[in-house]
Amino acid sequence: MTDGAPRRSVSLAVLTPLMSVIEWPMRRLQRHLGIRRLAWVFLAPNLLLFGLFAFLPVLLNVAYALTGGGNVLLENRPPVGAGNFVQLMDCESYLDPNSCDEDKFWRSVHNTVWFVTLQVGCMIGFALLTALVLNGPIRARGFFRSVFFFPVLLSPVVVALIWKWILQRNGVLNGVLGGAGFETHVWLLDAGWAFFWSVFISVWAHMGFYTLILLAGLQAIPRDVYEAARLDAASPWRTFRRITLPMLMPTMLVVLVLALIKGVQTFDEVYAFTGGGPGSATLLVIQYVYEVGFGGSPRLFGLAAAASVLVAFVLVVLTALQLWATRKNAHG
Amino acid sequence: MNHKTIRGAAGASTLLLALGGASGAAHAQELRFTCSSDGNECEVMDDMLDRLEAENDGLTVAVDIVPYQAILETLPVQLAAGTGPDIAKVTDLGGLSQYYLDLAPYVDTDYWEASFGDFLSWYRADADDTGIYGMHSQLTITGAFANTTLFEQAEVAIPADDASWEEWAEAAREVAEKTGTPFPMAMDRSGHRIAGPAIGNGARLFDDEGNAILVDEGFTDFVEQFVGWHEDGTMAPEVWGTSGGTTYQDAAEEFINGEIVYYYSGSWQTRRMDDSIGDDFDWKVTGTPCGPAACSGMPGGAGVVGIKATEHPEAVAKVIDFFAEEDNYAELAARTLNIPAHAAVAENGVDFDTESANTKAALRAWSAQVGKLSPVAFAYQGYGRLNRAMFNITVERISQALTGELSVDEAMARATDDLAKADAEAGQ
Repeated sequence: MTDGAPRRSVSLAVLTPLMSVIEWPMRRLQRHLGIRRLAWVFLAPNLLLFGLFAFLPVLLNVAYALTGGGNVLLENRPPVGAGNFVQLMDCESYLDPNSCDEDKFWRSVHNTVWFVTLQVGCMIGFALLTALVLNGPIRARGFFRSVFFFPVLLSPVVVALIWKWILQRNGVLNGVLGGAGFETHVWLLDAGWAFFWSVFISVWAHMGFYTLILLAGLQAIPRDVYEAARLDAASPWRTFRRITLPMLMPTMLVVLVLALIKGVQTFDEVYAFTGGGPGSATLLVIQYVYEVGFGGSPRLFGLAAAASVLVAFVLVVLTALQLWATRKNAHG
Repeated sequence: MNHKTIRGAAGASTLLLALGGASGAAHAQELRFTCSSDGNECEVMDDMLDRLEAENDGLTVAVDIVPYQAILETLPVQLAAGTGPDIAKVTDLGGLSQYYLDLAPYVDTDYWEASFGDFLSWYRADADDTGIYGMHSQLTITGAFANTTLFEQAEVAIPADDASWEEWAEAAREVAEKTGTPFPMAMDRSGHRIAGPAIGNGARLFDDEGNAILVDEGFTDFVEQFVGWHEDGTMAPEVWGTSGGTTYQDAAEEFINGEIVYYYSGSWQTRRMDDSIGDDFDWKVTGTPCGPAACSGMPGGAGVVGIKATEHPEAVAKVIDFFAEEDNYAELAARTLNIPAHAAVAENGVDFDTESANTKAALRAWSAQVGKLSPVAFAYQGYGRLNRAMFNITVERISQALTGELSVDEAMARATDDLAKADAEAGQ
């Protein structure tokens, strides 16, 4: 008898009666429903939870978007039809928030478009570069992999506060610059710099996560393809362009869409960092939804819900694009 | 002993325990009190409640001390959803009136009317309402703190009590330049804070029919001056300039650290100044500088209200009535270093719980400001329907003017539009 045998005996002794108890109703169900419909029995709990806590709130949100007033309870809110959407979309020019009825919404949309474009572009670029370096034969590779992932573990509010302290008038950055004889700056008072730093800290905080995903993608590329390229005397750049990038493309697509969705949903870091200021220079669309629905007075739940429905629509489009691109890539 | 006897004894014991538990449960009243402290108000009230609990068997009041932002943003949503506490310390006095418990059936209304007078109207839904909804636990008034040590060092005379904003700005700039202080002046990022100076400058805020207008010539003129001070470096730019939305931001830490000569805030900061500044420098309360129309700050403060959804209305009324008793109210004011809203306590004077000469002088100065309040300021604070919306609109649009996103005229036009929308929504 081997060492594992006593443990297996104990496990069987516990599991066998348990399996008999479960087996009896399952057999009856299978006889009644058939083996195909039995799958729904196993899916039912998850579908119930998803329906209750994800799908139902989405439907309720759409209902709120079609109502007005300040009452929280849906049954007490007067219907306004598409009034909230009309109010949001009422602009002379969508490129000029000043010409819009809800100028703060359109400022937040413009800010979010720029934020997502810059943040996602920079983040994927740096994440890919970092993953390529970490995939190579460098010393202390394990240590560096951890170091790049550490910011991901921090709470967004902690990230925001750390960088706020670094960038404030008497902060570390100005201390270093001043000590080195350079001119200091009130970074968060300048709209351009405040926006830059918002993008920067978001990239800094999330890059590690996408680096890990890309690193996994790189490690999945077969080594013999690179061997063949080396034998053919292919240059590093050609190897990257013709082998690494194409074979990494499915992973890159996943990273791109995840990053886009997360980017559009950004709220906590920037809210804690600048509060949307100076003015509305770093006001993003989710903060607009929060302030209109919960921070303002009266609380415009309908308008906030309508804005969030529009954001959800954009995210659905992005997700559909991902699915289309992934399928296209899979089928060559 | 046979089985029947044992079963009978066990059954009787169980029944007795259940009855005892049930009667205990029926007698026990636990109230939840959501509270936010500017200084130590919640801690003092929690301490005082021990006496009430000792006198009332079964009554327990759990004081949940939360950040101010939770009172502003989370509590209203909780109340709307019916999941709020039994008692709350609120600052949006009229804005939340629909959720308040009317204490009148449970308290001596004559005493309350005599003690709190006009302050009771701040908690009512409209002029026809005669209910008693809250005890104004903390009367505050906006005004300024001046770092008198810096004035001494700069050998600049402190402006007179009736000095204007321009005179204070000039003096503060001179002091800042001579002493190397980073900022001459600062004002909290708050629509409530800027209201007093705007009213002093002639802002009426309401039309002749009593409808809110917010923006008029007096208001716009002061905003232009305020923006100008930020542009020329008179006002510390980070307070209003680095935050967005309706985020509240004060400059107390900068004043405490000696970085500001003249800081416009309010009386609730007195304890914080007392505790934090100590002997580092001398400071005094100077009230609100004068404008062409008035030398008025804004009244405000917080009140303790019962929530009408409570399951224990009598107990809630008992708790609030406890704090409203003259001796208890005097103790609360003394320990929290707040100006009393209770008429008898104010008349008799409060023996404030502090050894600091600066603080005692400050509290006397704040009390003296109450008599200078403009009727417009009093009405604005009591305009529960839309005053919170007006404060928020003021902060957002002026910040946009400060950062150059909008011109002052554009910001004021937007503010007028925002108010019209808020008015329409509030009417639904």
